[in-house]
Amino acid sequence: MKTIKVLGSGCTKCTKTAEFIAKVAADKGVAIEVIKETNPEAIMGYGVMVTPAVVINEQVVHSGSIPNQATVENWLS
Amino acid sequence: MFSWFTILADWLTYRVLGLSAETNLSKAIHFFIEDTTKILVLLVVMIYIIALIRASLDVTRVRYYLAGKSKILGTILGSIFGAITPFCSCSSIPVFLGFTSAGIPVGVTMSFLLTSPLINEVAVLLLLSLLGWQFTLTYVIVGMLVGILGGLLLEFIHAERWLQPFVRKAYDNAQFTANYTAPHLSFAQRHDFAKTELIDIFSRVWKWVIIGVGLGAALHGFVPENWLEQHLGEEQWWSVPLAVLLGIPLYANATGIIPIMEGLITKGLPVGTTLAFCMSTVAASFPEFIMLKQVMQWRLLLTLFIILLVAFTLIGWLFNFLHFIPLGVRS
Repeated sequence: MKTIKVLGSGCTKCTKTAEFIAKVAADKGVAIEVIKETNPEAIMGYGVMVTPAVVINEQVVHSGSIPNQATVENWLS
Repeated sequence: MFSWFTILADWLTYRVLGLSAETNLSKAIHFFIEDTTKILVLLVVMIYIIALIRASLDVTRVRYYLAGKSKILGTILGSIFGAITPFCSCSSIPVFLGFTSAGIPVGVTMSFLLTSPLINEVAVLLLLSLLGWQFTLTYVIVGMLVGILGGLLLEFIHAERWLQPFVRKAYDNAQFTANYTAPHLSFAQRHDFAKTELIDIFSRVWKWVIIGVGLGAALHGFVPENWLEQHLGEEQWWSVPLAVLLGIPLYANATGIIPIMEGLITKGLPVGTTLAFCMSTVAASFPEFIMLKQVMQWRLLLTLFIILLVAFTLIGWLFNFLHFIPLGVRS
């Protein structure tokens, strides 16, 4: 099962990003785990300055906005 | 070119609603229609144009420009970048950490973060259309001075002592390799960025414009002329610190507060008192300070808070003392 981390200190966009990824995964029938990382120290560790950011396999794949449908589907495939 | 909006407001208020021109209600409604339509139309045009121009400026690039600069130059540049770089206040903490872990001094980072909420394109546009260019220029200069002097003061007291331990460690171990190549953007990419920005900013600020102008209109229509001047005028020295204290629990962004500034000034509230109130509302808010607690110890947080309160009070007194009345404020 794939684990996707959403980095962000609790802003609305971060919550929306996590919900959106979970929804796209559910629609596609892909089992994933979405973790919200709000600890500033951990976010700093990924070198991210603009949230929401998305981390897959410890790699930052997206930063600064709610990702679009195509991007999320690409991560899940 | 702004007369179109006056004509529209005349038509809607006096013809469509059939109100007579002399009542408080019609004055307030006329003001509300004219200003909301004007501001919303200008916002759409200006946000798009400005976003096209600054599409390639982001915080990563700002960090690259600020890293390794001397403290004084860095603080000044930090304030300038704070005024022109778009970023959401929810990214304050990651930006703070990103700058600090690149070895950028706390004062430089705070100069950036303090100026940012005070000055942005939406605020400047609102000021220009509501209060004229002289007032806008004054506001921008004062806003940047708050950032620059605040930042320098934090440097002077060695604010890095009072960062949270993990932040201090990141600052001390900072290694920053200065390689950054600005991405080359095609017009299509700039257009995409500008479109996203426009939708994002507009969907966030339109309701603030309506609320702000609504309150401004209520002030305009229902508060008697000179009432504020008599009760909270330059004679009452305490009105400035009071305005600053009142501004703290009120949490609004510049977009919502500027139309209220216009209402307050035209009703005779001294310019200094108005500036102090508005800057306090925009730049010293509890939610922002609670967020900063994650990276700063109480002592630094409290120091920063006091610096801001004193700065806004001094600004207020100074402008009141000088009897500063910007040209272009319509009466």
